[in-house]
Order: sequence, then structure tokens, then C-alpha cells
Amino acid sequence: MSEAGLALPNARGTDQDTAPVFAEEARILGLPKSRWPGILAPIVVGVIMLVAWEGLVRYKNIPAYLFPGPLVIIETLLSDWATLSVALWITLRITFAALIAAVLLGGALAILFTQSKWMERSLFPYAVILQVTPVVAIAPLIIILVGDVNLSLLICAWIVAFFPILSNTILGLNSADHNLVALFQLYGASRWQTLRYLRLPASLPYFLGGLKISGGLALIGAVVAEFVAGSGGSASGLAYRILESSYQLKIPRMFAALLLISLSGIAIFLATSWLSHRLLYRWHESALKRDT
Amino acid sequence: MTMAQNLGSATGRAARRPLVSVRQISKKFSNGTLALRDVDLDLFPGEFVSLLGPSGCGKSTLLRLISDLSTPSAGTIEWPGAESADAYGRPEHSLGFVFQEPTLLPWAPTLDNVTLPLRLKKMNRTEANQRAAAMLDLVGLKGFEKSYPRELSGGMKMRVSIARALVTEPKVLLMDEPFAALDEITRHKLNDDLLMLWQRNRFTAVFVTHSVFESVFLSERIVVMAARPGRVMSELMVDAPFPRDNLFRTSPEYAHLCRLGSDALKKAIDA
Repeated sequence: MSEAGLALPNARGTDQDTAPVFAEEARILGLPKSRWPGILAPIVVGVIMLVAWEGLVRYKNIPAYLFPGPLVIIETLLSDWATLSVALWITLRITFAALIAAVLLGGALAILFTQSKWMERSLFPYAVILQVTPVVAIAPLIIILVGDVNLSLLICAWIVAFFPILSNTILGLNSADHNLVALFQLYGASRWQTLRYLRLPASLPYFLGGLKISGGLALIGAVVAEFVAGSGGSASGLAYRILESSYQLKIPRMFAALLLISLSGIAIFLATSWLSHRLLYRWHESALKRDT
Repeated sequence: MTMAQNLGSATGRAARRPLVSVRQISKKFSNGTLALRDVDLDLFPGEFVSLLGPSGCGKSTLLRLISDLSTPSAGTIEWPGAESADAYGRPEHSLGFVFQEPTLLPWAPTLDNVTLPLRLKKMNRTEANQRAAAMLDLVGLKGFEKSYPRELSGGMKMRVSIARALVTEPKVLLMDEPFAALDEITRHKLNDDLLMLWQRNRFTAVFVTHSVFESVFLSERIVVMAARPGRVMSELMVDAPFPRDNLFRTSPEYAHLCRLGSDALKKAIDA
């Protein structure tokens, strides 16, 4: 193919000049300059709120067992770290196991449903039923039926987490460009080739959108299920510690456990956002920033 | 330089065997629209044919039928010139298709986009990459192998699309208004380069357009189509010699041929 019989001397030229230019920004501490306001603004608001909170508690002399200030909460967090870290680990373990199960089963079901209309028709309504039934309502039933607490917590968290991944991935698998589908057909691509080279990559942004939602939901599902199980006195995650502390009126510890749950949720959100950015930044509209 | 009307068989092509033979094709869509009625068309090896007509005349539909992306309601499409046939009775590896949009995989770099047809045919990666790189070089995109479609201009994306269509060295290249969305300067450059690629590889080119100027510049033969229902109205021969360049584009002959083309198109629109 490379013999220079008829080269294209003027092929490279004007149409290159109109290629879009993407901003290459100055960086501070490794992050683009424009990212910093988005990081600093909420931090400033947070600091102001915490200082006001601490000030109010001290000024009004509110006792810690009624409403602790942020410093007391941090102190409790450090002094009770031994108990709380174990509880954190248990909750996180269930959350991640549920999320992984949601990704695997949600993704696999989505592929199955898009490959076979029959499967989708007969099974999708049940996925919807699982989704719309409040997990608090079925958690006690699951705990009784399953017996093993950890497994029942996992199932509850999974029920909450898997639907966004399922429905988003189905949408993604079905939204491959029609002309590209025609092109694959033209070249006689097999179902598997079309799935692997076209439908799966096309569904990636949708899947990642679902993952972001499911990450938070898996944590919520785990915590809610722990509350249900914890009222029976047979769990030891963060939610159980919150219940336990409320019985013992250890209010600062309740706040400390709450803080850990919030931080976990934020960490999961940041991790899924980061993953999404890593996978999409070269090509997807949502991750590109145009120089204007 | 002459332009003959309806002289398809008088130019000696009749002696050759057509590569693709479209016979009495009709296409009715499920909503009742008659997109094509009784269309006959022969495509001869190595020729450059344009399908010219107003929107709704079924020229894109005809391309989709030839490429087997759509099935005719009546009539047949045969490949008498085929040496080896696949399950559908068409020669294997023989078609390239360029859509109106570049239709690239947005998540894949340029090189991977061009190797796609080869990878689908299970060619090994090293050879596929070599052929794709050579093809990219040929369309003037050497050095852009690792760029993503988003980083390319409209004209460059179309070049990638053409490279992808030609990488399998097809016998027939079907193009569905590929340059309609581009600005005039870019379109002229791509027309020039397309002609050079065609002269180099001598595939049979079928080019759908609604621009008289583009069809006269590119083709040896223009098939003028009319709408409602889509049908072939007339056929014009463009006997100007190749290579054609800017000199041809500004020549009185070109202007004269364009006027003939416009008249034929006007007749088709009024019909």
C-alpha cells in the first residue's frame, strides 16, 4: 500500500486548521487552576460553619450530651477510634461487596436483556419491583429468611444499589450510533464483536453514571439494613454503633459515627467520579473542556 | 469534450460485465412511502458514478440496498462480476461505505478506527496496524494515529472515515453525501483527494450528492434521480479527462457541464 505512485501533496492543509483546541491549563499543586475555586469554596463555607457551631455551643454553654461541638466530636472520634474503626470496616466491607455484586449482576443482566428481548420482557418487571419496594420494609424479612446477618445486609445493600447500574447500562447498550451499527453489519460483525467493539464502549458513560449513584446507594442500603438488624442486637457496623450510642446517650459518639458515614459516602463519590473521569476524559463530551 | 444524454450503452461499457447489477428495484417503507420505483442501474468496474437528485429521491436508500443494509420490496441486486461470494452472494471484502457523518468510534484513536474493519475480519493486529497506518498516510493524516476523533476537524474526521472505508481495499466504495456538512474550501480539497485515491486504487465509486457542481467535478457518469416516488430520470456522461484539478473547476467546459447538469436536475425536480 505504501508505494508513492499517487501521493496527496496537498492533503495536509487547511482542514487541519479548524481542529478543535482543548485547553491546556496552568496547574497548581498538580490540579488545573480552574479546579481550585470548586475545591476551596466549599472548604471555606465548611470552616465558617464549624467555627460558628463551636462558638454557639461554647457561648450558650450547651452540654455535650445534648449537642456537642465539633471539637468534642473529633475528640470522641479519636478516643473511640478502636471501636469505631472496626465498625467502619464492617460497614465499608458490606458496602463494597454490595457494590461489586451490583456491578457484576447489574452489568450481566443488562447485557442479557439487550441480547434477548424475551429475557428483558420476562425479568425486567421483577427488577423494577425490587427497586420500588423500600428496603426497610423487606430487610427484616430477609434477615429472618437468610439467617446469616452479614449475608442479609449484603443482599439488602445490593437490592438498593443494583437498579441504577442495570437501567443505565441497558440504556447505554441501546444507544450506540445507528450508522455504526450499520457499519458493523456491513462488515459482517458477529453479535459478540458488535457487543465488544461497539455496544460495551458506547454504554460506558451510562454505566459510570449508574455506578456513581449506586456507590452512594450501596452505603445507604448497608446502613439502613444495619439499623434494622441492629435493633435486633446482632450487628456491629456504624449504624449499630449509632443506635447503641443513642441508647447510652453517648451523643458525641453518635456524631462521630455519623461523621464517618458521611466521609465514607464522600470518598465513594470522589472515587467513582475519578474513575469516570479517567475512563472518559479522552473522548466523552461530559469530560471535555473546550477552549473558548 | 462532450456530454451525451442517455447514451449509457453507446460508450462501449455494454461490452463489459457490470460489477453490480440493479434490476427493477422498488422499496416501500413500512409507513407506506414508496422510496424507489423500478430502478435499474449497472455499476461497472472502476467507474465513478454520482447519484444526483433532490432530497427524498431515494438515492441514500439505493446505497443502503446495494450495501445490503436494507432489503428491497421488489427487484434484484446481482453481483455478476464477483469472483468469490459470501453467504449473501456478494463478493467478500468488496464494499466500503462512507456515511454522511464521519461515524467514528469516539472512544478509539484514529488508528484503531481505521483498523476496525480489519479487526472484524480477524486480521492480526500488527498487519492491520500497518495497513491502517499506510492508509492514514495516504489520506494525509500521518502523525494523527493516536488522536481521538474529538481532537480532529470535520474534514479530518471525514478523511479518517474514508481511510476506514478503503483499508479493506474494496471493489466498491459507496458514499452517502459525505462532504455535505463541510465548508466549501474543505470540500474542494476532499474532492481533489478523493479523485486521486480513486485514480490510484481504481475502485468503483458511487457518490450520492445533491450538488450538481460536485457531481460534475467527480464523476464519469451522473445518474439523475427524481422524487416521489424515487426513480432514475436520466443519465449524463461527463467525458472530461482525468486528473481533474482546480484548472478544470474554473474552466468554461466545467461551467457548461454544470449547466447541463442543472438543467437535468431541474427537469427531475419538475417531473
